[in-house]
Amino acid sequence: MGNTSSMLTQYDIEEVQQHFSQQEIVSLYERFCQLDRNGGGFVSGEEFLSVPEFAVNPLSQRLLTMLDGLNFKEFVAFLSAFSPRATVQQKIEFIFKVYDSDGNGKVTFNDMLDVLHDLTGQFISEQQREQVLTKVLEEAGYTKESLLVMSDFVKILGSSGLKMEVEVPVD
Amino acid sequence: MNSSEGKLKSSSSELDLDRPNIEDYLPSGSSIQEPHGKLRLRDLLDISPALTEAAGAIVDDSFTRCFKSNPPEPWNWNVYLFPLWCCGVVFRYLILFPMRALVLTIGWIIFLSCFIPVHFLLKGNDNLRKKMERALVELICSFFVASWTGVVKYHGPRPSMRPKQVFVANHTSMIDFIILEQMTAFAVIMQKHPGWVGLLQSTILESVGCIWFNRSEAKDREIVTRKLREHSQGADNNPLLIFPEGTCVNNQYSVMFKKGAFELGCTVCPIAIKYNKIFVDAFWNSRKQSFTMHLLQLMTSWAVVCDVWYLEPQNLRPGETPIEFAERDIISVRAGLKKVPWDGYLKYSRPSPKHRERKQQSFAESVLRGLELEEK
Repeated sequence: MGNTSSMLTQYDIEEVQQHFSQQEIVSLYERFCQLDRNGGGFVSGEEFLSVPEFAVNPLSQRLLTMLDGLNFKEFVAFLSAFSPRATVQQKIEFIFKVYDSDGNGKVTFNDMLDVLHDLTGQFISEQQREQVLTKVLEEAGYTKESLLVMSDFVKILGSSGLKMEVEVPVD
Repeated sequence: MNSSEGKLKSSSSELDLDRPNIEDYLPSGSSIQEPHGKLRLRDLLDISPALTEAAGAIVDDSFTRCFKSNPPEPWNWNVYLFPLWCCGVVFRYLILFPMRALVLTIGWIIFLSCFIPVHFLLKGNDNLRKKMERALVELICSFFVASWTGVVKYHGPRPSMRPKQVFVANHTSMIDFIILEQMTAFAVIMQKHPGWVGLLQSTILESVGCIWFNRSEAKDREIVTRKLREHSQGADNNPLLIFPEGTCVNNQYSVMFKKGAFELGCTVCPIAIKYNKIFVDAFWNSRKQSFTMHLLQLMTSWAVVCDVWYLEPQNLRPGETPIEFAERDIISVRAGLKKVPWDGYLKYSRPSPKHRERKQQSFAESVLRGLELEEK
């Protein structure tokens, strides 16, 4: 695509620069252009799936609903949760969003079951999944009918030293 | 060319057998945190390892790197160099290019005026006809190389032509074939292309004994394997040239070699090809350019400079599988290429679910283990 960084203006960089350095944003832009093969200004789900390392990830389908049709600004916003400069709160917010598929701010038993299904595939029966989930929920003081909100997630995940960082390669 | 959008399908299970364990090469161990001891809600809800891997793949992945074009650094960035560069452009497009086009046209005229008579008039005398056609194909390839001002340095003794011998090389562009063909009339196995290239394939290349395949046909593999075997056993046939990567890669990385060339029971003679990027980036990115555009780009560059190494012939060692044979590092070491454990065909299809299932299985097992611990 030629020298892509020349198409990115300083104004563009400042717009998206929350958690990434200038050089990282330029690298991300090059990567975005590489993924956006038809040059439409946004990356489709198919284009993400053409990365084999992404396609073999168990959560890829779930993430695709968040990724499909992103423009560059949204792309950087998506990845900002993985920057070393993002706070634990922001990381937990991201995880919450992955669970909360209908976006209503509440995570249901079924939402959690769905993610567990993605992670375990056909190697556990649906019944065992329900059993395990119910058990750990009850031990943590919730029930099958509980609707978890953001603060619950912070309580559950906040203490465990969440490691969720990705390094942007800078040439 | 093959369209990539909307035609992605899961690769067949046959391709699975081709692969060594990719998990050995992927960054982290298990992408799903395996809970130890008592299972807690936190262990089930914490999907950060899987998310991190997904984000890592989005930001940079070893497969896409193999197909990234690398044009030479722009050097015309100041007031003094820019006019110089402009003169260069004028020279290349208005002087070099017409001269080269002329050379190529002359070459084609000579070639066709010899090839057509030889092909039809010597129908009876097969041996002589084959010899002449071989020489003529080498000739037209030399004309092609001249039309890019190709400077090719051949290293190493070329293995003497024997039956039960195949040649393998790394693949950067279809011009690899032309560069090798100008020295030796190989029979090559190629993807059938549309357009004028396909026409050339069916007429001229047919005479040196080429084998066609079609990536999108599932049954094609068996037919091709059979043809390869037949060809390599025949004493009269031209030596067979195979590009085991199966697709063009950017001459900085090399993808996995398919085992097809290595299970024919023949000696394998590796050839390494490395292009000098200072003059032109010879990588043919078939998703971005047609072959015609690629040739035009070469013809308007200064030169195509490359090194070709004929390496020592190799045989299957006792107890070695064809996959291990294919995985031997000889060509990538010689040409300075970084090896990447992906199947080149993933350009056209999705990875098989087997890899995802392996991750799911290990996580599932640890969850079940945690459950059992509770019940004790």
